Amino acid sequence: MAGSKPFFRRKLLPGFGLSLGITLFYLSAVVLIPLSMLFVKSFDLSAAAYWQIISSDRVLAAFRVSFMSAGISAVINAVFGFLIAWVQIRYQYPGRRIVDAMIDLPFALPTSVAGISLTAAFSVTGILGFWLDKIGVRVAYTSLGIIVAMTFVGLPFVIRTLEPVMQQLGKDYEEAGTILGGNRWQVFTRVIFPLLLPATMTGAAMAFARALGEYGSVIFIAGNMPYKTEIVPLLIISKLEQFDYSAATAIAVTMLGLSFLVLLMINVLQGWQRRRVTSL
Amino acid sequence: MSSIRVKTFVLWVLMGSLFWGCLEAKSVELLNVSYDPTRELYKEVNAAFAKSWKAKTGDDVTIKQSHGGSGKQARAVIDGLEADVVTLALAYDVDAISQQARLLPKNWISALPHNSAPYTSTIVFLVRKGNPKKIRDWADLVKPGVGIITPNPKTSGGARWNYFAAWVYALEKFKSPAKAQAFLGALFKNVPVLDSGARGATTTFVERGMGDVLLAWENEALLVTQTIGKGRFEVVYPSVSILAEPSVALVQKNAAKHRTEKEAKAYLQFLYSPAGQAIAVKHFFRPVDADALKAAAKWFPKLKLVTIDQSFGGWQTAQKMHFADGGTFDKIYGGK
Amino acid sequence: MKWGLMGIALAFLAVFLMTPLVVLLYNAFHEGWRVYQMAVLDPETIAAVKLTLFAVICAVPLNMIFGLAAAWAITKFDFPFKNFLITLIDLPFTVSPVIAGMIFVLLFGARSSLGAWMIAHGWKIIYDVPGIVLATIFVTFPFVARELIPLMHAQGTEQEEAALTLGANGWQIFTRITLPNIRWGLLYGVILCTARCLGEFGAVSVVSGHIRGMTNTVSLQVEILYNEYQFSGAFAVASLLVFGACLTLLLKLYVEKKMHYGKGSI
Repeated sequence: MAGSKPFFRRKLLPGFGLSLGITLFYLSAVVLIPLSMLFVKSFDLSAAAYWQIISSDRVLAAFRVSFMSAGISAVINAVFGFLIAWVQIRYQYPGRRIVDAMIDLPFALPTSVAGISLTAAFSVTGILGFWLDKIGVRVAYTSLGIIVAMTFVGLPFVIRTLEPVMQQLGKDYEEAGTILGGNRWQVFTRVIFPLLLPATMTGAAMAFARALGEYGSVIFIAGNMPYKTEIVPLLIISKLEQFDYSAATAIAVTMLGLSFLVLLMINVLQGWQRRRVTSL
Repeated sequence: MSSIRVKTFVLWVLMGSLFWGCLEAKSVELLNVSYDPTRELYKEVNAAFAKSWKAKTGDDVTIKQSHGGSGKQARAVIDGLEADVVTLALAYDVDAISQQARLLPKNWISALPHNSAPYTSTIVFLVRKGNPKKIRDWADLVKPGVGIITPNPKTSGGARWNYFAAWVYALEKFKSPAKAQAFLGALFKNVPVLDSGARGATTTFVERGMGDVLLAWENEALLVTQTIGKGRFEVVYPSVSILAEPSVALVQKNAAKHRTEKEAKAYLQFLYSPAGQAIAVKHFFRPVDADALKAAAKWFPKLKLVTIDQSFGGWQTAQKMHFADGGTFDKIYGGK
Repeated sequence: MKWGLMGIALAFLAVFLMTPLVVLLYNAFHEGWRVYQMAVLDPETIAAVKLTLFAVICAVPLNMIFGLAAAWAITKFDFPFKNFLITLIDLPFTVSPVIAGMIFVLLFGARSSLGAWMIAHGWKIIYDVPGIVLATIFVTFPFVARELIPLMHAQGTEQEEAALTLGANGWQIFTRITLPNIRWGLLYGVILCTARCLGEFGAVSVVSGHIRGMTNTVSLQVEILYNEYQFSGAFAVASLLVFGACLTLLLKLYVEKKMHYGKGSI
């Protein structure tokens, strides 16, 4: 933390041992010890066996499907999330507060329910799917379906990360930019966008991480075809159900490592964002 | 303010424990861990058995019921779900419990009559009304433009029966495993969605309008034509199919631990009794009792049925050859 | 410009948020009020609601205490590896729910030695209520802490230090200074945590065992009804969760309003 106050003053407050103790104990008991089980189990496998599982065609294809779809949905969420956040912060319109409350819906709605509803809406018998089918677009049971489900679950992240930053930004910068002779587009691309970029990317990275692990909603709307529409979490479950624990653990450990990397990236991005904002 | 919050919190916890207390029952309890398409069947069996047990012994017995994909349920029992009895889609899954967790003896299948299968079923085709794609037999499935809905054989017990039924047909027709594999390759090319369980596949076909034919358990197909999809679908019987024997077994170690062996055994026996067989018929399972089958002949047309033991040399060999990693099924999907 | 942007934004939200919601509510009620009532008042549904609430009652206070402790340690003191600790706290956020369920099966399942020992001594964790509670806690673990850390960081430590020089002890500082300052942020975190608890599916599905009326949460009950071809019933029970979510989100709206006032008064 880039604390601006002298170091020693922070030590004055009581409760350091207690609060850190509770934190570390609870963190270990609930998160770290269970997660470490995964690593312990994966040590049962030799490096060669691990590699054989991970590098098999079907597993690689599942990783490709998961990463591609999560990536695309993150980009969609970045673009539209930016737009929605902008509209929500800058414009007043009737129903704005209701829209604001609804943005958190994907957070609270059970993913299975979301999956069932999206499938019902986007299948050829559904209200959207029927019309999309007329123009030759099939969403349910294709790769598009996966992207739709992932976009749904990742929707709140970009918006919720951007909103406070946009609020802080205010209109001063734009006005300053306009006074200095820039047109609106220039002001946006040269002044506002660079300031908002770190927050957008943080939100998109979080949406990406969430989409990558998503299971409940995707399995309903994806066709679950090996090599085409099979995502990694489904493959883990399917390995488990074939009593193949070692393969399931190997894939899960890889997945865990990757999500940890994404998380580290998010933290770096957040540091960048803090510097941007505090340097305002 | 904070003291009010503390009180509210205590109240919540008390209410929570109270809720919990209400859920604990006070009689003998059995846990039956079963697969997906038996939901309606066991709902009725459980009530009927409890009644007959009460009449016979005066004891109360409650049957707790769990459903899911057959493989998933077997894994749950292996990992510690304390089932007294399992009623799964295929013998292989019960074998897995016996081998991996040693909760029941190796020869469990001979403990009850008819290979421990109190009811059987087979694999049939469910098509849309009027059979627009003219699907009569397995050969019609591989035609271009036919959409086939089946769950994933790797995770669904029912789908494994589908696969084996198709294999039986292909082997009989082409007399060569390589050609049979090619036939199944062509068949699975026509599959646009692989749900993970039988029920998911039925929903995809019936409610979402995907595909032209659903490969389904006979009991599921009849359930659709008689109830949820009445008048919108037809059952087509292929020239040959497989005799599906869903296995039931007592999970000895768990029952011994719970001291429920007597009730659990009686429960499984009940499935073979006239009352149990009648309930099976009602839910479109083929009864093993010859008289019961004769009485229900209008539901269950005769067709040529082969067993796994006859044509595949038992589940273990069949599973290893077709569904182990790198087996025939992987080749079908990998060889693209 | 304004209308164009607003049009695109709202159209996007309509497709992605409103459609599933409308489909859900339409299906829940289109077979009539009686079917809806029957599905919702079914004893198994009621048992599922009770279990879900029980999981919430267990998970939320624990995560709240943890969130407070973690935020206090992280924002009031400097210590090595602090950033790493923050990353670890965020970890459950990015772990796939499927993996979250799986680790508890690996840890407490009959195949692990710990699990076998516990089962032999009559301690059932997975396929029973404790497993469901654990999975719920894991999935909602970071919510309160994430909400509090930035807030308490922004507020700094001056007020607490002033109280300290005036002779207040640690508990007094916490209850009289810190807690009132962060109360709305705390409530906001608790609300999000509750909402997520209600809806958790993937992790709970792996550890539940699906015993009817016993280890099914509401989201699992929805799946069960759906698999029994009781589509209206499934959507009816799902609508309960939607109403739950709406309620928490409305509450959130109110809290946000208060939070703005709170910020102004500091």
